[in-house]
Amino acid sequence: MATETKNDAAPQAVASIIVAAMIGAAIYGAFIWAPTEKTMGFLQRIFYFHAASGEVMLLAFCVVFIGNIGYLMRRKPEWDWLATSGVEVGLVFNTISLVTGPIWAKPAWGIWWDWDARLTSTFVLWILYISYLLLRRLIENPEKRAVVSAVFGVFAFLDVPLVYFSIWWWRTQHPPPLIFKSGGLSPEMLKVFLFSMAALSALMVMMIWRRYKLESLRHSVEELRIEAEYQNEGGAK
Amino acid sequence: MNHFGSVVAAYMFIWGILMVYQFTVSRRVSNLRQEVERLKETLERGKRN
Repeated sequence: MATETKNDAAPQAVASIIVAAMIGAAIYGAFIWAPTEKTMGFLQRIFYFHAASGEVMLLAFCVVFIGNIGYLMRRKPEWDWLATSGVEVGLVFNTISLVTGPIWAKPAWGIWWDWDARLTSTFVLWILYISYLLLRRLIENPEKRAVVSAVFGVFAFLDVPLVYFSIWWWRTQHPPPLIFKSGGLSPEMLKVFLFSMAALSALMVMMIWRRYKLESLRHSVEELRIEAEYQNEGGAK
Repeated sequence: MNHFGSVVAAYMFIWGILMVYQFTVSRRVSNLRQEVERLKETLERGKRN
């Protein structure tokens, strides 16, 4: 275990430095390099990390879906660890998106929240994946826990395309995609947004990696506990 | 429109939640490492006896 930790330390440190540099550059781009938007002014600078968090949240839940399907097909615990790690990290970005949205909406729209298709489906996504984590706490048997949460995860994932396409399918208070449309973002703004998305995606990968290590450590503890119990029983005989 | 306060609040929340989450992961990893060490010692002691 100690050797495994030492081996992980160097790549983790390198990854942390790269991600920190990318985040620093994205902040510079969002606050200094990108021009100020004409209508919303300084407030629009929330967009670079708010919208990027929303996209990264969807990517993290795609990782969860891959983990869930992987577990149902192969029944290897590593897939379950990947899915659980993705849920926690996805929820962090989901929370960022849900909180920074209203902070932007109040001055821009005059209201904190509107129960439109995009906002509601994003909130439902948050509830679903919180339920995923709560469900895991209720089941003690690791195999049963993994199967039940994988099935629930596949069901929860149905909301992901709904969140993404809601602004195309319904009329929403949330603005439609302005990114690749003419008259939307200026080229500088688009570059900053895409870079912010890349930086947050790199952060998401690093966070899932760290959380996955935690899950593997938890598995080691469970195995050692079983071994210790077995040893104690043997000693008592 | 300026809304400097809203931008500061949004970014403080973003970095705040990310730092709190990373802190909780680090704390959980540290607790589990201690637990692994403790269990390994228990097993070693058991083998010697």
